[in-house]
Formats: sequence, structure tokens, C-alpha cells
Amino acid sequence: MKVGVLALQGDVSEHAQTLSDLGADPVEVRTPDALAAIDALILPGGESTTMSMLLESSGLFEPIASRLDDGMPAFGTCAGMILLAKDVLDGRADQRSFGVLDIAVRRNAFGRQVDSFESELDVDGLGTVHAVFIRAPYVERVGDGVEVLARVDDHPVLCREGRVFAAAFHPELSGDLRLHELFLREVS
Amino acid sequence: MERQTGTERVKRGLAEMLRGGVIMDVVTPEQAKIAEDAGAVAVMALERVPADIRRDGGVARMSDPAMIEGIKAAVTVPVMAKARIGHFAEAQVLEALGVDYVDESEVLTPADESHHIDKWAFTVPFVCGATNLGEALRRISEGAAMIRSKGEAGSGNIVEAVRHLRMILGDIRKITQADSAEVYAWAKELRAPVSLVQELHDTGRLPVPLFCAGGIATPADASLVMQLGAEAVFVGSGIFKSEDPAVRAKAIVEATAHFRDPHIVAKVSRGLGEAMKGQEIAELDVKLAERGW
Repeated sequence: MKVGVLALQGDVSEHAQTLSDLGADPVEVRTPDALAAIDALILPGGESTTMSMLLESSGLFEPIASRLDDGMPAFGTCAGMILLAKDVLDGRADQRSFGVLDIAVRRNAFGRQVDSFESELDVDGLGTVHAVFIRAPYVERVGDGVEVLARVDDHPVLCREGRVFAAAFHPELSGDLRLHELFLREVS
Repeated sequence: MERQTGTERVKRGLAEMLRGGVIMDVVTPEQAKIAEDAGAVAVMALERVPADIRRDGGVARMSDPAMIEGIKAAVTVPVMAKARIGHFAEAQVLEALGVDYVDESEVLTPADESHHIDKWAFTVPFVCGATNLGEALRRISEGAAMIRSKGEAGSGNIVEAVRHLRMILGDIRKITQADSAEVYAWAKELRAPVSLVQELHDTGRLPVPLFCAGGIATPADASLVMQLGAEAVFVGSGIFKSEDPAVRAKAIVEATAHFRDPHIVAKVSRGLGEAMKGQEIAELDVKLAERGW
């Protein structure tokens, strides 16, 4: 299965490495042409404002939105969660998101870099996962169709709606393959 | 559930998130907004850009906290700020202000002639400059979570950035081919810990991200250093000393994201107005890259 990693900015190589470790075929997506070849898309960590601008200037926003509307599976981490969310709180006024996950997510909700942390996390169906939160967002509102798989202090930090998954943390940084494995299993 | 802050992984993690992006020097909240509008992944808050520090002379110090706070309030992207080499009290102040990264920077006047800051003692992560691999590894052994090749700040001339990147990456390529005895000789030559040289030998890369700074003035400059192996770029004087900062900033962001695609670099390079005026390195009175040890 060919899994795209949105490669405009951010920790693209960690996601690509994780996918390779699991036997999937990662494809870096920078242009609309690359999008045609993929079966699923990962939206990495990075700066959501930068990615939002580059999605527009690269002509990628509309084609990705259209693939997502047609049911392409997606997994976003941190900035990727923000890009998938229906509502973005504390974002820039011109920041666009794909809105395929019915959540409201607050940017930098855990604070600035000095508040960034790692911690053990209980994930439904997986058990304990070591999670790395970098200037991380959390979810403030969850729509009816959204399943919450993990929380920190009652704030949802891992959600799914059908075949769209989003994490406020970075499974690609901790060397734990299980969340990517879960995503690949659900979409294949 | 226990939260661990300030860990190596959390510090390096933010640097990983900035990869493929452009970090821009800004001196006012208005400039910070322009930088964020243009797609900067982070801003560096300082009182004068390096070209002006170079022109004005005198001792260059940490910026006024009020000015850093004004910039923090103006943008949502990470805010970095500079402390003098060895000036751990300035770094403590920057940490107390909640900046997201401290740059222990040769652009400011060094405060200590033989010691850099013990960066492990901090929760906030540090970026340090390096002109060669030994310098980079010494900074990492002191706790730096990101390395930037120094180049020559405020010169508008890319030649030093290229030289430093090639020095660092060229030696890494050689070390990956070294046998076990040569690893020890490399550590001695580089004046760096054997464990870090061994790690380089095994992985073929620095344990922290390597960004590029000092002399980037055009989209093609950004593409050049990214193709040489930089993972992101710092642009100091190159944006706000140019004729049309907003347009040039966005063009450099796009060229950095699409650095392998010359058609895109060509497209964004059109009609940017005058770039900053560059200087021959030989004509500079002070070489900032020589600061630090």
C-alpha cells in the first residue's frame, strides 16, 4: 500500500521511517501529481500556519480536500491534527483546515516549549503508549461520530472518525510503531 | 500521569518540527506578523538584525524583555531569542520569559572567552552555531538540541554558510567510512567525545537537526543550502534589509519547502525587488563566525 506523507514542512522523515519499518511504501507529497498515486495520507507535525500557507501556494489544498471528501484515510499528528479538524481555536484568521474530523482543537493548548512534555498514555485498545507532546494542541469539542481513544487530564488527545485519525502528540518520535500499525490495519 | 518536561527528546523534538522551514529575524511585532504571514516556522526576536549590529559596533547584548514579550504576543509560531556565548544569566532570563528556543549566538558579543553555557541545566532548548564538525559536537555535548552552521551573519554572502555546511557534512561522510581505530583518531582531531563520533559513524547523521544560517538572501540561496544537506534555514538580515520583505519572505519559504524543484524556485524568484546589499567576506572588519570555541 502506498501511503503519502505530506512533505511541505515538519517531521516528514520520522513518519516515512515509521511507515518503512512497518513494510508500507511511503511517498512524499509536495505536488498534486504525487497525490494521485497514494491510498492514504499522513499529515506530520510541524507548524500548521506554515503548512496551511504552503498547501495553498502548492495547489494542494483543493485536491487533498477532495480526496478526503471521497474517503481517503488520513492520520494527522499535532499540526496534522489541526489541519484535519473542523474548528481551530487560537489559530490565525486565514488559517485553513480540511474539516474532515468533527472536533474543535486548540493550538498550543498545553503551553509553550518549556511546557512540552513526554508521558505515559492509556490508549483504548492498545494499552500504555509513550507519548511526546511538543507545544501540543488538545481537543475541546468532540462531535457525535468521533471516538476518543486517549485523554490527558480529561482533554482528548487521540481521536478517530471512521478512517480519519488524529493525535495531539508524536508517535513518530517515540519509536512506538503501534499507532501507525493501527492506522495501516484499519485502512488496508 | 507524570509529565517529564525539558527532556532531550522534547528539546530536539521542537527542532524536528521546524524542519523544512524558515526561521526569520524580526525586531518589532509588526515584522513578526509579516514573517508569520509569509509562512515562517518561527521567529528570532532581537533588537537589531546582524547587518545593523555589524554597522553600529559596540557590545551587542540580549534584547529588552519588553520587546521579546511584544513579539511573543504578536505571533502564534515559536519565538526564539539570543543570549551571548557563555552568558547563562541572559539565558535564564530568556527561559523565565518563556521563549521557545535560546540561541547562544556569536552574533552577540561573547560574555565568556572559554566556556559556553551548560545547556543541560535548562528546560528551554538551545541552538548553537558551528563552523565545523568538532564545534558542532562540542555544542551537542554541552546540551545543544539544534545546530546551525554559522555562515557569516549580516554579510548577505552565502559563501561562508556553504563552507561551514560542507565542512560539517563532508567530515560526517568520511566518518561513516572510518574503521574502529579511526573513530578514536577522529574524536581526537575534532576535540569531541568518542561516544558522539561513534554515534555519527553508526548513523551517518548528527543526533540533532542541522540547520543553516548566515548569508541567505535569495530563494536560490535557500535551495542551495537545503540541497547541500541543511534541514531548515535561518534568515537574518536577508529579509528585512531587502526592498520588499513580505514578498521575499514568502518566496524564501516556498523555495525552502520545494528546494529540489528548480521550476518552483524560478517561479518564486521573479520580481522580488532588490536583495540586501552583500559584502565580500575579505572586506569585513569583524568575522562573527570566529566567535565561539
